[in-house]
Amino acid sequence: MKKTIKIVSVILVVLCASAFTLKTSSSAGGYGIGDIAEDFSLKNIDGEMVSLSDYKNAKGFIVTFTCNTCPYAVMYEDRIVELDKKYAKLGYPVIAVMPNNADVMPGDSLEAMKKRAEEKGFTFPYLIDEKQEIYPKFGATKTPHVFVLQKTNQGNEVKYIGAIDDNYKDANAVTTKYVENAVDALLNGKDVKETETRAIGCGIKV
Amino acid sequence: MGCGNNNKKNNDSIQDMEVTEIQSSPESDFNLEVYDFEGLKPFLNKEDGKIHVINFWATWCAPCVKELPYFEKLKSEYGNKNVDFTLVSLDFPHMYDSKLKPFVLKQQLKSKVIALDDVDSNSWIPQIDESWSGSLPATIIYKNGERKFFEKSFTYEELEHELKQFLN
Repeated sequence: MKKTIKIVSVILVVLCASAFTLKTSSSAGGYGIGDIAEDFSLKNIDGEMVSLSDYKNAKGFIVTFTCNTCPYAVMYEDRIVELDKKYAKLGYPVIAVMPNNADVMPGDSLEAMKKRAEEKGFTFPYLIDEKQEIYPKFGATKTPHVFVLQKTNQGNEVKYIGAIDDNYKDANAVTTKYVENAVDALLNGKDVKETETRAIGCGIKV
Repeated sequence: MGCGNNNKKNNDSIQDMEVTEIQSSPESDFNLEVYDFEGLKPFLNKEDGKIHVINFWATWCAPCVKELPYFEKLKSEYGNKNVDFTLVSLDFPHMYDSKLKPFVLKQQLKSKVIALDDVDSNSWIPQIDESWSGSLPATIIYKNGERKFFEKSFTYEELEHELKQFLN
């Protein structure tokens, strides 16, 4: 009898452990399409705190998890700047969030972020998720990782999750601009056709 | 004194070796197999009774580089037990010669290294595993129809533990 209990508890422990593993594995958790994204308050490279609610006139947001140190993210920097130039004036500004632990990746420190933003002429806030509490809420797993939100009466609704476009290597060879298509659809009062896409990216450093 | 001399000599010879390696690098260049996803598929679907460990990595991915030695160690421990190792690099094609090949040679990787070059990741990522968000590193362990996918970094113990599930 005692033995059985022992075995059962061992099984329970293993089950709990594996459940935990599943939960922390990167793709589980986070917002899905149609969920309302919680607002946040994160520090910008100028030291000011930024929240989505600061943008009174925005129709939505292109929340982009990105960083200095991931080659994929770097390949997309110019395209992220272009997205903001095109859509901020239409009501969908880019909000860039750097999710990595800067102690692990010194190249992603606030100071380094500031420098990179100046070099690349970022026209949008470049926020640091210092406590690493915001990216798990979104379910971001990598950089770059984009979430298009639409402002509704209920809050900021997640309308698109995924890649910026379908060619990381060559902006000129892109055939589908996923984020632009999503924002265009929202601006035209239509449904987003392709709501989730996937691309290779750098895992977020904890 | 003697030891000091020996050390120095060793250092010298190591240095010489490195110089030689750099000088002869065009010759020691290996023929990197590069595939699109269609070409990669056969590697992911062998029904040969062997256990296949497939790791997706890149030289620019720090956690990938950190765990590579665990795969190599596993290969040295289990390579003769019907376990096959393939390291699929997602390095950028323009880095193959400048980064990837020198890295593979310098680290003296024993596992088979191939490269995947296919920009249409939105179509092939879910075909590798429906749950994969696309972050690196990622690993598949499979044997015939039985398969497990991991979007995570491993310690050696974790990796060995997962492999053992297939050995039993």
